Amino acid sequence: MADPNKVDPIHQFAITDVFSTGEGGFAFTNSALFMVLTVGLIIIYLVGSTAGRSLIPGRAQVVSELLYDFVANMVRGAAGTEGMKFFPFVFSLFMFVLVANMFGMIPFFFTVTSHIIVTFALAMLVFVVVIAYGFYRNGFKFLKLFVPAGVPAYVLPIVVPIEIVSFLSRPISLSVRLFANILAGHITLKVFAGFIVSLGSLGALGFLGASLPLIMTVAITALEFLVAALQAYVFAVLTSMYINDAIHPSH
Amino acid sequence: METETPVAIDGAEHIDASAEGGEVHATTEAHGGEEHSGVFPPFDPSTFGPQLIWLALAFAVLYFTMSRLALPRIGGILADRKSRIDGDLAAADSARQKTDAAIAAYEEALATARQKSQAIAEETRAGIQADIDAKRKAVETDLSAKVAAAETSIQATKAEALGHVAEIAADTVQALVKQLTGSATADEARKAVAAAAKE
Repeated sequence: MADPNKVDPIHQFAITDVFSTGEGGFAFTNSALFMVLTVGLIIIYLVGSTAGRSLIPGRAQVVSELLYDFVANMVRGAAGTEGMKFFPFVFSLFMFVLVANMFGMIPFFFTVTSHIIVTFALAMLVFVVVIAYGFYRNGFKFLKLFVPAGVPAYVLPIVVPIEIVSFLSRPISLSVRLFANILAGHITLKVFAGFIVSLGSLGALGFLGASLPLIMTVAITALEFLVAALQAYVFAVLTSMYINDAIHPSH
Repeated sequence: METETPVAIDGAEHIDASAEGGEVHATTEAHGGEEHSGVFPPFDPSTFGPQLIWLALAFAVLYFTMSRLALPRIGGILADRKSRIDGDLAAADSARQKTDAAIAAYEEALATARQKSQAIAEETRAGIQADIDAKRKAVETDLSAKVAAAETSIQATKAEALGHVAEIAADTVQALVKQLTGSATADEARKAVAAAAKE
């Protein structure tokens, strides 16, 4: 912000208009810009790197193929061959979250996934897809999801509500996990980086002291890269598992 | 709090805001949402609408591009490669089988040839042996015939010779007696020789 000595760790999450469309909902904000950039990068990379369709792939194509195989194995492992119907869906989610998280690691870039509404929308999308396909494929047998097999009847009154609550809380846990990880990581990073500036402005001794938060910042940056990739993976794995529930409701 | 700084800069309106809490957000947002001070940006509901719209648009574009273009293409590349590798492996396998078959056929032909050559050698040897045997037998019979003939001829000659012995003896006796006595017939000499020969 205006005062360089006062670091505002929240400012990075602020939504600002890139160009104003006046009053109304369609404002093209920095969030929208980075969503478009995220999608654009994914499409350009995946389509561009595979344009040659080489039998012996180059580096760029190998990365695309590895991503494909990685997500395909994830979906096949969690939801079986039938779950491959949802492979493009899971792949899109994984790539979107991964690239959005990675964009967030670049200084001055906006992190799309640090906004609860975005992660919640993605989680609700998964939730709705699971419910819709579950009922479409299994009819009312989908409700067996809430009645675990092999549980004695007298325990069911306790188990079924627990299952229902855990099912309904899925979109919340799915979205909050991603949102909170990214948000907390970025705030921590900003706060530690702010310490460097604050301490560094105190003179020679402060300069020395500033090395500690500097080391922390470097370490946290590395950790955040891990978190960014890991959260995308977790999001995709959980989506695959929820899709498996829709396909095979009796567990 | 660090967040207080922008509030102070932005002016009086925000000081009212911090005093009155929630109601203030509405007034600031109404100004176009350039500075959502006081509200933690990720929880600012005024940004939800545009974000959701753009997210829906972006994700829809992503999903359709992935499912229609990118993923089928990558899947096709991987399938092509797999079929190519499988085909090559199958070709290699069939080539190996052919080689094995050729080696087996060669071995078999070799064994047959060896067997045949052995048989021919055996046959030849037997033929030669038979030939030799036959010839030897012929020679042997010939020789034995000749020996027999010779023996008979010897026997005959001997008998003849022996026959002549009496005559010669008689002649000799007759000559001796004639010399001694002055007369001796041939018959007498012959009788005397026969008598002497009997003793």
